Amino acid sequence: MAHDTLYASRPRRARRARRAAGPGPLRPLLRWDGAVGLALLLVALGAALLVDGFATAGNVRFLLLDAVAVALVALPMTLVVVTGEIDLSVASALGLCSAVMGRLWVAGLPLELIVVLAVALGAVLGAVNGLFVTAFALPSLAVTIGTLAAYRGLAFVVLGDDAVADFPFEWTDAVAGTLPGGAVPWAMLLTALLAVAFGVLLHGTPFGRGLYAMGNNAEAAAFAGIRVARAKFWLFVASGATSGLAGVFWTLRYASARADNGQGLELSVVAAVLLGGVSIFGGRGTLPGVFFGVLLLATLRNALQLADVPADTLDIVTGSLLIASVVVPNAIARARARPATGRAAPAGEPTAPPRQERPEREDTEDAPA
Amino acid sequence: MPLRSVRIPRIPRTPHSPRGPRRAAAPGRAARLGVAALAACALLATAACSGTTREDGESDRDAGAGASSTATADPNAPLAEDLAVAFLPKQVNNPYFTVADEGGHAAVEEFGGEYKEVGPSEASASSQVSYLNTLAQQHTDVIVTSANDPNAVCGALNSARSAGARVVTFDSDASPECRDLFVNQATAEDIARTQIELIAEEIGGSGQIAILSATPNATNQNAWIELMQQELEKPEYAGIELVTVAYGNDEDEKSFQETQGLLSSYPDLAGIISPTTVGLAAAARYLSGSEYGGRVALTGLGTPDQMREFVHDGTVAQFALWDPADLGYLAAYAGAALASGQITGAEGETFTAGELGEYTIGADGEIVLGPPTIFTADNIDDYAF
Repeated sequence: MAHDTLYASRPRRARRARRAAGPGPLRPLLRWDGAVGLALLLVALGAALLVDGFATAGNVRFLLLDAVAVALVALPMTLVVVTGEIDLSVASALGLCSAVMGRLWVAGLPLELIVVLAVALGAVLGAVNGLFVTAFALPSLAVTIGTLAAYRGLAFVVLGDDAVADFPFEWTDAVAGTLPGGAVPWAMLLTALLAVAFGVLLHGTPFGRGLYAMGNNAEAAAFAGIRVARAKFWLFVASGATSGLAGVFWTLRYASARADNGQGLELSVVAAVLLGGVSIFGGRGTLPGVFFGVLLLATLRNALQLADVPADTLDIVTGSLLIASVVVPNAIARARARPATGRAAPAGEPTAPPRQERPEREDTEDAPA
Repeated sequence: MPLRSVRIPRIPRTPHSPRGPRRAAAPGRAARLGVAALAACALLATAACSGTTREDGESDRDAGAGASSTATADPNAPLAEDLAVAFLPKQVNNPYFTVADEGGHAAVEEFGGEYKEVGPSEASASSQVSYLNTLAQQHTDVIVTSANDPNAVCGALNSARSAGARVVTFDSDASPECRDLFVNQATAEDIARTQIELIAEEIGGSGQIAILSATPNATNQNAWIELMQQELEKPEYAGIELVTVAYGNDEDEKSFQETQGLLSSYPDLAGIISPTTVGLAAAARYLSGSEYGGRVALTGLGTPDQMREFVHDGTVAQFALWDPADLGYLAAYAGAALASGQITGAEGETFTAGELGEYTIGADGEIVLGPPTIFTADNIDDYAF
């Protein structure tokens, strides 16, 4: 198309340069999400060989149960961050939903209804974020830092320092229950199914493509006919609803509805999302990468705990991993960009700022769901 | 980056643009997204039969309680050798628990067991659960823990017990049906009474006082505060008015600021009780550096090392605490006695805790270390923790 030939010269040249630099068949592993998946596999294998008690059904079950809440919240978070926004209020929304759940249970409502209400409440909390971000065009970082504090405060208003713990045993037991074999909790299976749904949404629908477009340039996306504000609003609603669901899971898993449930979880979620290769600036990242990221962090933590590595060392390891996950792709991108820009930009022409090179990396956005 | 969020131009809103029909479909698609989570929760809801309310479950709540031992105690059984004893405090690198765990370490060395300390770097119940699961996987014989949430750790404690571990809680109890023994540092009544006695003595029996607590949901502190309020209702304390409870969240900075806030909000404040070591040290630091030092009385629970300079400079005349090292020491011996079959955890059984001597198990499997120790300028230098 004429449209293509007008714009393709630079990316094409860059692509040619990259092709010359890297061997073809190893490409998938060179992509960040592939690398995270590979790291997950290596860590799991290494732990199974080196750490006593790691490769047992019971341990895998605990590992996956510990990862469920982070994994759940990370799914919509991936989409939110891809659009260039962030939702830091997720853990507080989780806590508020948990507190409300406890309050309603004490009030004598049936648990089936409470679960639905808790998720609906989460959606409303997300809608509040969405409204501020879209209708009032406020930065989501500021809005959700505000609601992070506000929702947690509300949770304490609802339940104070009480804990509601008398949830029925069949429910708390079922939440921690596993599929036959004893290794995979059904809660993780449900999370994986949701991950597939979110993955299809992000990678297989025009809506999902639109999210990348607005992450790269919201204005251009709006001009291209993408309803940026509407999409972002619904992403925040989804983020809230999923936090509500995670709150239900958390409450039943620990058989304890408390206002401080999940405190600090937002950092684990954002860490997993970044480790999974989603750019904090938006426009880049894949859902499988994030899912691997969540599992990689959980596996590493579990294996190191079993190996009696002290908590502070453990924090240092996860922190370093996170920094590496930001630094390494950046370094690779710079290394790749240098020869490309060198050829593309003759002397005298201003060097392209890094953001404009993003379209060249569209392979990272196109992961199969 | 969210910071450079872009104002959305209104231009593409023209209804006749070629993409019009597609856009009409978008809200439906987006709505389905929101519904996805709801659908997932419907799945959750169908997992159990309909209409589970609180009343239904009341009777079978105890069904899941952990394996209660039916074995009989043999008071003369020797302490088993090579017991694997793990200390899981509320939080590692917390000076209080470090001292308590070192006391446990000393005890474990005495009876020839294998000691280790594990735990989260932040005091949360969920991370404790993950550590408990790990300990169960490692087939630990004795788990000595201080619960961040009495109920949240319950399931994990019970699965560790069915894997063969004996569970002793110390400092902060878990639900009684989830552990074998609880080693209480001092009864809550003793702690509350001691602190009220100390403050009453220092402010001369009348005046306004305030409490600077830990977090608003700290189990121990809240129990003590409630008992302190009851204690204040006694006629001999009629002149003392508790004006407020402030929360420093067990953070030094926040506690410092809260103390500052208390003194500016209540100019007639005669004394402050801080029933938490972090709060007491921060309040003392504020007082000693301000005009209020020596004028406003301060007491509470603190460690000698943290309070030494403030006792010597006259900011704080006296404060109370138990010796956490003794607490850990006693808990380790209690666990070893359980694992060796000397005791089963039933009321009235006795065992010997090394150099601390003999202890008797009270109601609900509780063992009390003893009355709190009062630290003053005269004796503070005898303690180092």
